[in-house]
Amino acid sequence: MSLRALTFLVVGATFALYIYIAIKARARTTSEFYVAGTGVHPILNGMATGADWMSAASFISMAGLIAFKGYDASVYLMGWTGGYVLLAMLLAPYLRKYGKYTVPEFIGDRYYSKGARLVAIVCLVVASLTYVIGQMKGIGVAFSRFLEVPFQVGLVAGMAIVFIYAVLGGMKGITYTQIAQYCVLIFAYTVPAVFISLHLTGNPVPQLGLGSTLADGSGTYLLDKLDLISTDLGFAAYTSQKMSTLDIFLLTLSLMIGTAGLPHVITRFFTVPKVKDARSSAGWALVFIAILYTTAPAVGAMAYLNLMHTTQPGVIGSVNGNLEYSARPEWFKKWEGTGLLKFEDKNGDGRIQYYNEKNKAFAAKAAGFGWKGNEMIKVDNDIMVLANPEIAGLPNWVVALVAAGGIAAALSTAAGLLLAISSAVSHDLLKGVFMPDITEKQELLYSRVAMGGAIIVAGYLGLNPPGFAAQVVALAFGLAASSIFPALMMGIFSRRVNNTGAICGMMAGLTSTLVYIFWFKGWLFIKSTAMLPDTADNWLLGISPQSFGAVGALINFAVALTVSSMTKPVPEHIRAMVEDIRIPSGARSAVDH
Amino acid sequence: MRDGVEYWKANLRLIIICLVIWFVVSYGFGILMVDSLNSIRLGGYKLGFWFAQQGSIYVFVALIFFYAKKMDKLDREHNVHED
Repeated sequence: MSLRALTFLVVGATFALYIYIAIKARARTTSEFYVAGTGVHPILNGMATGADWMSAASFISMAGLIAFKGYDASVYLMGWTGGYVLLAMLLAPYLRKYGKYTVPEFIGDRYYSKGARLVAIVCLVVASLTYVIGQMKGIGVAFSRFLEVPFQVGLVAGMAIVFIYAVLGGMKGITYTQIAQYCVLIFAYTVPAVFISLHLTGNPVPQLGLGSTLADGSGTYLLDKLDLISTDLGFAAYTSQKMSTLDIFLLTLSLMIGTAGLPHVITRFFTVPKVKDARSSAGWALVFIAILYTTAPAVGAMAYLNLMHTTQPGVIGSVNGNLEYSARPEWFKKWEGTGLLKFEDKNGDGRIQYYNEKNKAFAAKAAGFGWKGNEMIKVDNDIMVLANPEIAGLPNWVVALVAAGGIAAALSTAAGLLLAISSAVSHDLLKGVFMPDITEKQELLYSRVAMGGAIIVAGYLGLNPPGFAAQVVALAFGLAASSIFPALMMGIFSRRVNNTGAICGMMAGLTSTLVYIFWFKGWLFIKSTAMLPDTADNWLLGISPQSFGAVGALINFAVALTVSSMTKPVPEHIRAMVEDIRIPSGARSAVDH
Repeated sequence: MRDGVEYWKANLRLIIICLVIWFVVSYGFGILMVDSLNSIRLGGYKLGFWFAQQGSIYVFVALIFFYAKKMDKLDREHNVHED
C-alpha cells in the first residue's frame, strides 16, 4: 500500500472513531453541554486536558523551536507546564466548588456586577478566538502536509468533524473525543522519539537518551557533541543562554500565569465530580502533558544533530566535508518538495554548506573555505517532527500515525476553545445578560447554534487569516495573564476586592498589556503603525512584548487592591460566598442558579 | 466556622511551601542560578540545563500530587471534606 493510501486509512479510522464517540456521547441537558454533567473521572479529565492543552503547535512545531533555540526554549517547556501548579492550588478546586458553568459567570457573581462579567466575556472571546485561528490554520497545514490535499480542503474537513462532535455532544462529546485524541497523539509522538533515541544513543527512553553518550563508540555525550558541532559552525552553543535573564524570567512567568488563566483550560476542571478531584485531576493533566513535554527536548536535540550530521558529515573546511547535493537522502527531497527545506548552491560547488553566516568571525573563516553564505536558506521548525520517522528509517505506518497525531492535536485544542467561546455567548451573553428568561431547552438549542457559529467564524478566519495570525499566541497569553488570572485569584483569595476594584484592575492590566504589545508590533498588528522598532534596545527595561503579560498581571493586582481600599466594601453575602468556596464540603453539582 | 478559618490558614501555609519549591526549581535552578549549576553534571546533562528542560517539570508533577494528598488529609482533619 502506498504511504498516501495508508495515511488516508489511518486518519480516516481516527475520524470514524471520533464520530462514533460523538453519537454515543450526545448532550441532553445544558449541564452535559457545558460541563459534561460533572461526571468525568479525574484521570480521564487529565487526559482530556492534555489533548485540550497540547495544540498543533506543541505537537508539530515545539521540538523544532527547541532545536533552534536550545536552552532558551526552556521558557516554553517550563512556562507551559508550571501554570498547572498555579491552577491546581490557586484556582481549580475553588472554581469547581462554586459549581457554575463558565469563567465569566464566576467573575460576574463574585464581583456582583454585569460589567465585570462583560469585561470577562470580551477577554475570553478575544483570547480564545485569536488562539483558535492558529488551530484552524494548524488543521489545514496538518492535512495539506500529510495527506497532500489543498489547505482549504483540509480545513473544511476538520471543521466538519469538529462540527459533528462539538455541536452534538458539547463538552461531553468533546471530552470523550479528547481522550481518544490524547491516546493517538501521544503514541504518535513517542514512538518515533523512542526509535531515534535508540538509534543515536542506544537508550530507548528519550529523556535518558538526551543525557547519554552517543552510540557511535566515541564516548562523547550527545549534548556535548551538539554544543561542539554548533560552535564549530558558528552557531551559539546549544546549551548556552542567548536571551537576557530578565526576559527569560518574565516570559516564563507570563506563560505560566497565562496558562492558568486560559478559560478553555479552566473549564475542563468544572467537569469532575468533586473538589478533591479537581486537585488530583490537575496533577494527572500535567503527567499526560509532561510525557510529551519532556520528550520534546530530546526530539529537538536529536533531530537537530541528525540534520547537522547529514549536511556536514566530514571535517569542516575539507573538500569532502559537506554533503553532495545530488547524494541527499530521500526525506530531504520529499520535504524540499513542500518548501519546508530550501537549498541554494551559492558557491556552485554542488555541496551543501549549512552554517551561521551572521557570525562575522566564522563567516570570514568560511570565506576561506570557499563558502559563500549559508546554503540551507530555509529549515522550517516543523521539519524536526515531520521528518523524524523517515530520518529514523521507520516503517510507513509510523509516518501515517504521526499524521493522525498532528491532526488530533489540532482538532482537540480547537474544540476546547470553540466550547469556551460558544458557552460565553450562549450562557453568559444570551442567558446571563440579554435573555434571562429562556428555558433550559432553549438555552441548549442556542448553545448549539453558538457552537455552529463559532466554528464558522473560526473557519473563516483560518481561511482568511488576518495578518497578525503569527503574533496571536503572545496576545492570547498576555490577555489571559493580565486580565483573567488576577481577577479569578483575587476573587478567591481576597475578601476585600470589590466590583469597582476588579473592573479597574482588569481594564488596567488588559490595556497596559495591549498597548505594550501594539506599541512594538503595530496597532492591531499592522506593522507600519508600530511606535518603535521591535528590538531589545527599545523595550522598556529590556522586556519583550510577549513577556509583558506578567507585568500586566502585577498592574492588575495593584490597581484592584488600591481601588478596592478606597471604595465601598464588599457586601456581606459576597463575603459569605467567598468563605463558602474556600471549603470543599457542601459542593453541589454544577447548577444554573 | 472556626474549623473553616483554621483550615484556610493551613491551606495557605501549604500553598506557600509548594510555591516556594515551584519557584526555586524553575526560576531559581533553571534560570537565575543556571550558570553556576551548569558546572555540575548529571550524566550528559549540565545540571542547570536539566532543571530547565526536564527536572522542573518532574517537580511540578510531584508538587501537585503532594498538595492534593495533603489537602485530602486537611479536609478530613477539619471536617470540611465532601461526603
